[in-house]
Amino acid sequence: MTDTYAKQLALVIDLNTCVGCHACVTSCKSWNTSGWAGPLTDENPYDKDPTGVFFNRVQTYEAGTFPHTETVHFPKSCLHCEDPPCVPVCPTKATYKREEDGIVVVDYDKCIGCKYCSWACPYGARELDENEGVMKKCTLCVDRIYDTDLPEADRKPACVLACPPGARLFGDITDPDSEVSIAIREEGGYQLMPEWGAKPSNHYLPKRKTKRVIHDDELVRADNPLKKEGPLPKADEKSPSLDDVTSW
Amino acid sequence: MRPAFSVIFLTTLIGAGQGLFLALIAGQFYWVIGATPAQEAANFYALGSLLSLCLLSTGLFSSFFHLAHPERAWRSAAAWRTSWLSREVIVLPLVMGLLVVYGGLHWLDWHPVLMTFGNMKDLDLSMAVGYLGAGAVIMLFVCTAMIYACMKFIQEWASPVTVLNFTLMGSASGFVLVTAYAGIMGSPLWDFYAGGALALTVLALFGRLASLLRNRMLKPMSSVQTAIGVRHRNLRQITRGFTAGAFNLKEFFHPGNPSLLPLLTGFYVTAAFAVPILLMAVGWQLQSTALFGLAFVVQYAGLVAERWMFFAEARHPQNLYYQKVA
Ligand code: SF4
Ligand code: SF4
Repeated sequence: MTDTYAKQLALVIDLNTCVGCHACVTSCKSWNTSGWAGPLTDENPYDKDPTGVFFNRVQTYEAGTFPHTETVHFPKSCLHCEDPPCVPVCPTKATYKREEDGIVVVDYDKCIGCKYCSWACPYGARELDENEGVMKKCTLCVDRIYDTDLPEADRKPACVLACPPGARLFGDITDPDSEVSIAIREEGGYQLMPEWGAKPSNHYLPKRKTKRVIHDDELVRADNPLKKEGPLPKADEKSPSLDDVTSW
Repeated sequence: MRPAFSVIFLTTLIGAGQGLFLALIAGQFYWVIGATPAQEAANFYALGSLLSLCLLSTGLFSSFFHLAHPERAWRSAAAWRTSWLSREVIVLPLVMGLLVVYGGLHWLDWHPVLMTFGNMKDLDLSMAVGYLGAGAVIMLFVCTAMIYACMKFIQEWASPVTVLNFTLMGSASGFVLVTAYAGIMGSPLWDFYAGGALALTVLALFGRLASLLRNRMLKPMSSVQTAIGVRHRNLRQITRGFTAGAFNLKEFFHPGNPSLLPLLTGFYVTAAFAVPILLMAVGWQLQSTALFGLAFVVQYAGLVAERWMFFAEARHPQNLYYQKVA
């Protein structure tokens, strides 16, 4: 943990819950194209060869051999690395990591569009906006998470709010009691490509097998000694009674 | 990686320019220590510096096409503490500045003696500037190559061999050019340069073969498994999540036909090294400046192809995320 950062905001994405609906992709694009980071330009959106800038994309993988396969939906955006290789390489210091919350952002007024930072990101999380000539990437919705005009519950990244099954958690991973830290700790949260030492802050929760063992006796009614419907037999005299005086 | 021609021309042109500057300094040193008694041709260093300056400026000019906001290029010196790109941006003008001073001193024929050594040899101002220039040239080679070599997850680049090769290839092409130039100027240093050009080209060939071999033996550290963190032997992407184009699909993949890449490798090994070596060996025997001129042109074409392949060979781990359309 780099101790120069007061905290480290991050996403924790539960691959066991994600259904691959792309709601996070569209809500991200919608919020960010209209705000501080926007526009996220599209070229030829309704034409041949459309292309455009996204901060967040959902991909799908398959493990195993048919018919024994498992589908993994995998959302990917900037991981706001704790040791981000994209930051030191930027010649203009346009890319930097915010000291107050560890979010990695690009200053669009300084970026010269040299693309060097995108080479330096092993995760392909940065996309050049060819229209504006600057590098763009996920800002963790830095323009809404601190917006006091919004109700407290809405001060979260757009993707987190949009996710229908609630597969995306957001919080400070340096706080051991935060929802995200607990999820990482207790549900096996892991980082992508740890081999490059970038220490991504975003974590993923693995696919889990949900198993329930049902024993045979649970399938038959065991609470009716008569094995059929009918009035219960009367208790004998010695059986305990409710008032200790009267008997059945 | 996608080979960008702006960067290809930048690195090959400044490489040749740096090599030429280095050759002029080496020539002057060779002459100063008295290895050749003959008088140096008039304006040899001044015009040579001008030629080198032309190469460096053309390279610099070409680099601007790489930037989406060239008008902000001045900002790129800011991160010299951490970024090799920033360092290159600082050292390139430094080399050009020293080159102007070096050429200028020779043009004005102004050689004030700075100090005299015990063996009665003098260190004059132009030679002193030359030493500084040589240092700056080496620094520039290191900066340019480290831009690539410092990317540890682009395993094809992350090696000291990258730095060695940028230095050797640039120096070789500068020395080949200076031999042709020395022939035209009638410089007594011709044989010195011819030998240097031949030796450097042979060394550069070995360096490049070493990196080819190294790349062939590389085992990728990342896989689809580590990319998404699912440890299953049989794991594949079904969809990258979109059918449209994206920056990630352009910047990190080369546009070449994979089956033609070995041909291109064969081409540059031949054109950048084998043919020039042959031309120079014959040219040296025949004392033919024309053959060295031809060797430079062929070698430059080969080096452009080499630089193209340098990018095309590099496999970026982000490509693991962008394999399938569906
Ligand atoms: S995921 Fe890439 S862009 Fe984001 S902080 Fe890490 S290295 Fe930088
Ligand atoms: S593209 Fe912009 S943010 Fe990225 S390294 Fe270049 S100047 Fe920095």
